[in-house]
Amino acid sequence: MNLSNSTELICFLVLAAVVVSGSMGVVLLENIVYSAFLLGGVFMAVAGLYLLLNASFVAAAQVLVYVGAVNVLIIFAIMLVNKRENMKPIEGLQLRRLVSGGVCAAMLALLFRVVVKTPWELPGPPAIGEEATERIGEHLFTDYLLPFELASVLLLMAMIGAIVLARRDVLVEDVGTGQPVDQGLIEKSDTPLLPDQSIS
Amino acid sequence: MLDFSNGQVPLQAYLLVAAILFCIGIWGLINSRNAVRVLMSIELMLNAVNINLMSFSSYLDGELIRGQVFAVFVITVAAAEAAVGLAILLSLYRNRVTVDMERFNLLRW
Repeated sequence: MNLSNSTELICFLVLAAVVVSGSMGVVLLENIVYSAFLLGGVFMAVAGLYLLLNASFVAAAQVLVYVGAVNVLIIFAIMLVNKRENMKPIEGLQLRRLVSGGVCAAMLALLFRVVVKTPWELPGPPAIGEEATERIGEHLFTDYLLPFELASVLLLMAMIGAIVLARRDVLVEDVGTGQPVDQGLIEKSDTPLLPDQSIS
Repeated sequence: MLDFSNGQVPLQAYLLVAAILFCIGIWGLINSRNAVRVLMSIELMLNAVNINLMSFSSYLDGELIRGQVFAVFVITVAAAEAAVGLAILLSLYRNRVTVDMERFNLLRW
């Protein structure tokens, strides 16, 4: 075992521990703000795993898109809807958690068995390492050109859809009744528009 | 089971990390009562899939690295999904004034 190999192994073990414990924190912590920041840590650790796999371009894209955009978007959403609310206790919640945990553990065991028992054709062809970025560019503009163009259309659609869905209501008065419309985006003190059916 | 003896990280280790991350994501998706946490769990699951794609592309397809191209597409779709999901969450919050998943039950039969 030489130095570079053992360094790689240690890096992998540290990153894997960060990924697993961080994601446990994301789903288990009570405070959603802690979860959001831990999620950023998990994304960074996943980018580190990509670096270990000789994929510097995708690691950079992961940091830019996930940590820079998605995580910031999630934190903004938390700030917009962060009202302390005591969620009504529902019966059988613990049982539900236990049962779903059992199902997830069973699926994990199944995946472990598949991973360990499958005869992977190792070693594959030699990795091209640092040329990966060029190869990704070649792929995107030759055999994956159609998905690439479709992705741009998808991003445009998502952008317009998000703007339309999250837009503030700009009507000054109600069309039907002529009453002035409440313009508050978040702190809406009046009753909800839809009847609350959770009580029944 | 896992062969760390020659000091190299085996393919199976990456796959196991991805499997653990995916199962944690599914558990969080089912059990979260806060709608924002549901979106976070979906992001965790997408990342698990990406780790799988990247490790296969590095170990089994090192010449063509098609897995990395797929990972780039998955990242794109995940960004679009997060934007639309959070916009839906905001408009839900405007209508129901809560983020409790148990109270979004208008369509439950």
